[in-house]
Amino acid sequence: MVTRLDPKLFDSTAEVTWCAGCGDFAILKALKQAFADLAILRALKIAFADLDILPHQALVVSGIGCGSKLPDYMTVNGYMTIHGRPLPIATGAKLASPGLHVVVVNGDGDSYGIGGNHFVQTCRRNPDITQIVENNQIYGLTKGQYSPTSDKGFITTTSPDGAIEPAFNPMAVAIAAGATFVARAFAGQPKHVAQMIEEGIQHRGYALIDVLQPCVTFNRVNTYDFYRQRVYNLADEGHDPTDREAAWRKAYEWEERIPLGVLYRADGLPTYDDQVKTLDGGSPVSRLTELAKDPRPAQYESLKDGFL
Amino acid sequence: MANVVTNDMSIVIGGDAGQGVESSGAGFCLSFARAGLHVFGIQDYRSRIRGGHNFYQIRLSERPRLSHSNPVHLVLALTPETVDLHLDRLAPGGAVIFPERFGIDPAPAEARGVRVDSLPLMRIAEEHGSKVMTNTAALGAAAGITEFPIAYMEQVIRDNFAAKGSDTVEANIKVANAAYRVARERYGADFPFKLAPVKDAPKRMLINGNEAFAMGALAGGCRFMAAYPMTPATSIIEWLAALPHEYGVVTKHAEDEIAAACMAIGASFAGARAMTATSGGGFCLMVEAMGLAGMTEVPLVIVESQRGGPSTGLPTRTEQSDLLFAINASHGESPRIVTAPGTVADCFEAGWRSFNLADKYQCPVVVLVDQALSSSLVTLDMDGIDFSQVEIDRGATLSHEQLDSLTDGYKRFAFSDSGVSPRAVPGHPAAVFAASSDEHDEVGHITEEIENRRRMMAKRMRKLDQALADDIRSPELHGPDGADVTLVCWGSTFGACLEAAHEINASGGSANVLRFLDVWPIPEEAATAALSRCRRTVVVEQNYTAQLAKLIRMTTGVKVDDSLTKYDGRPFAPEEIAAGLGKEVASGHKA
Repeated sequence: MVTRLDPKLFDSTAEVTWCAGCGDFAILKALKQAFADLAILRALKIAFADLDILPHQALVVSGIGCGSKLPDYMTVNGYMTIHGRPLPIATGAKLASPGLHVVVVNGDGDSYGIGGNHFVQTCRRNPDITQIVENNQIYGLTKGQYSPTSDKGFITTTSPDGAIEPAFNPMAVAIAAGATFVARAFAGQPKHVAQMIEEGIQHRGYALIDVLQPCVTFNRVNTYDFYRQRVYNLADEGHDPTDREAAWRKAYEWEERIPLGVLYRADGLPTYDDQVKTLDGGSPVSRLTELAKDPRPAQYESLKDGFL
Repeated sequence: MANVVTNDMSIVIGGDAGQGVESSGAGFCLSFARAGLHVFGIQDYRSRIRGGHNFYQIRLSERPRLSHSNPVHLVLALTPETVDLHLDRLAPGGAVIFPERFGIDPAPAEARGVRVDSLPLMRIAEEHGSKVMTNTAALGAAAGITEFPIAYMEQVIRDNFAAKGSDTVEANIKVANAAYRVARERYGADFPFKLAPVKDAPKRMLINGNEAFAMGALAGGCRFMAAYPMTPATSIIEWLAALPHEYGVVTKHAEDEIAAACMAIGASFAGARAMTATSGGGFCLMVEAMGLAGMTEVPLVIVESQRGGPSTGLPTRTEQSDLLFAINASHGESPRIVTAPGTVADCFEAGWRSFNLADKYQCPVVVLVDQALSSSLVTLDMDGIDFSQVEIDRGATLSHEQLDSLTDGYKRFAFSDSGVSPRAVPGHPAAVFAASSDEHDEVGHITEEIENRRRMMAKRMRKLDQALADDIRSPELHGPDGADVTLVCWGSTFGACLEAAHEINASGGSANVLRFLDVWPIPEEAATAALSRCRRTVVVEQNYTAQLAKLIRMTTGVKVDDSLTKYDGRPFAPEEIAAGLGKEVASGHKA
């Protein structure tokens, strides 16, 4: 009999400071579920034992914003960093220690606003990390200003006449920038969120899961009801996520119907880390561990010849 | 002919960007280094790829030199502008060599006792190769006039042009030889400055500060570097990226300096020795991340190779204007160590020592160098880079075996007397933790509780006291005790200061040098003691506001008597320092 790894393994005693009803709860629950479910998969496939994800085998990197406090509420290796920068920090960690399952959790402002360049570069870079964006279309932690994903006309304290810019389209940008796994989920469907995170972690390469996640305190437009009336699952309508053209069309669906699920995926492509030749035969962390025991100074002597 | 001076001269090769001044200069340096001469070569170039005056200044000697020097004795002018720009720096008896078609008026030079020699360099280049080899002809002519054996230059041509094919190699060698013969026949007998191979000289490397730092970092276990290209720091990542793959150095050219610093922090958090390198403008972008490393106690090495600021400033030139910035970089108060190597050999040591400091104190270490130190090519004895001296000290980093024996719950940020907490890197089941840029408790959980804040802040800052007690180096005094004047310096001006002091002492004056190697935390007690033993103190700095003097006064209350500052982007020459101190200091006599 296979024992299911209990998601409670990732529970923490830290006080959770999110507002009651916040969609972040759903993502937190889903993430615990996702790691746990993956561990079952590993248990079933002993041959893939290396991929068995336990709290110490994962690293969750977040930025700044409500959702970025998530690592504090889990028992998992976590790094709550600075606004907009979790992707390069996660990329550095992955390149240094490729065995870690690296997951980034941040918000729409963090990822698509202040961290926008890192987002675009990471899409085309394709490191083997998974990013979950808690997209509530507003700056919640600073108490309600419009965000990159706020719809045009959205009224907030910094847009009293309505936001002038059209909303940033993370799905389209990710596809255009070369992301190899682009998905959307909705916090009102936690099982589906968990499923998307699982698929994202299993995907070899960069995976984006943009989670529509209502801010119950500051966003009175994009509510649970707003989404429930519009979302549908792509899998139910026979969408082929490997069809880039179809994905592109789905990325532009928003007003009336909002697609959930994997919009686009390209499997079998080499990740960034796969292609770094200096990672063959050891990682920066494993090599340092060896060098700290035996620095082998003689190995460098011939380098002096380059200066003669 | 005047008295012949052998193996003590400076040569300038100048021309427009794109004429190969830099590669010619570096190649020339190499041929002299291989002949056993000590070389100190500085590049002077503008921020453009084509056009604009560039030059390479090469000082040659039979003893080690720590800076360039004026006057110069031979100018190889690849453009008419070079003649005008460097004429005033020529020593009596010196010469300017230039191609035949320039039409230079010799009168001003001859009035200075300098000869201007038109040589058929272009014709020689065209006859034996092509016009682009005019610089090779100029180098050949320089060897001819100084009677330096052309064989050394031939070998460098073979090495440097090998990839371009044997035709190019042979043509360049013919050009060099033809120019050598013409110059030697025409002027050799009259030119008093000569260069000769040094018998039985040991092999020496020709290396710059960036390369030496990169070697030190490699030997110190650094296997991750992320950077965004920025002059004059770029050659560090280039050198590491070009290493054979077996060394396993992961380098990442990031999308910007923010990403570069963050990637290095991520790699270090995961357990690697990781660094980034930049100049002042890029460092501006890194300082928020530097605060993150300070707050979350992640070791981080940042090389900041200073150039002329503010803003884009003098992008290819030198300055020491980021001292107070580095010490204070990032908002709030967080621990960091700032160190300032002054020589190429120092750079090698800084390469591995910085990582030890970063690991021991779990904080950022900023290595302040500058364009002059990063780019100047210097001969270094083979044992000047001694890999057997390199230690890898990971401080309180917990090994896998130590983690296996952990019994209580792991506290990543445990309070301690030293301020340093045992550090685990992700991957061990006994030490799962989350770190946060928010204030946090010993476990790492976010908290704003008063008592915890007080204790945690004090714990982080206390690490600097421990560093002062264990690792921070006192200022070093060089030269005679009790000298009339003490030149106080940090970083790359050390070389020029030391040479200036030698010069002053040799001409009857009395000077010594007090140099600061580690500038933050500043060794207050040692600095106060050292300064109190000085008669008259003068800081020598490449900035406008005498930042070291300010720092000394701020931390010790000691007021340095005078300052000699320079902010034109060109490195101090010893003669400028001596002249800046005034005649009475330089000679030891009242005028």
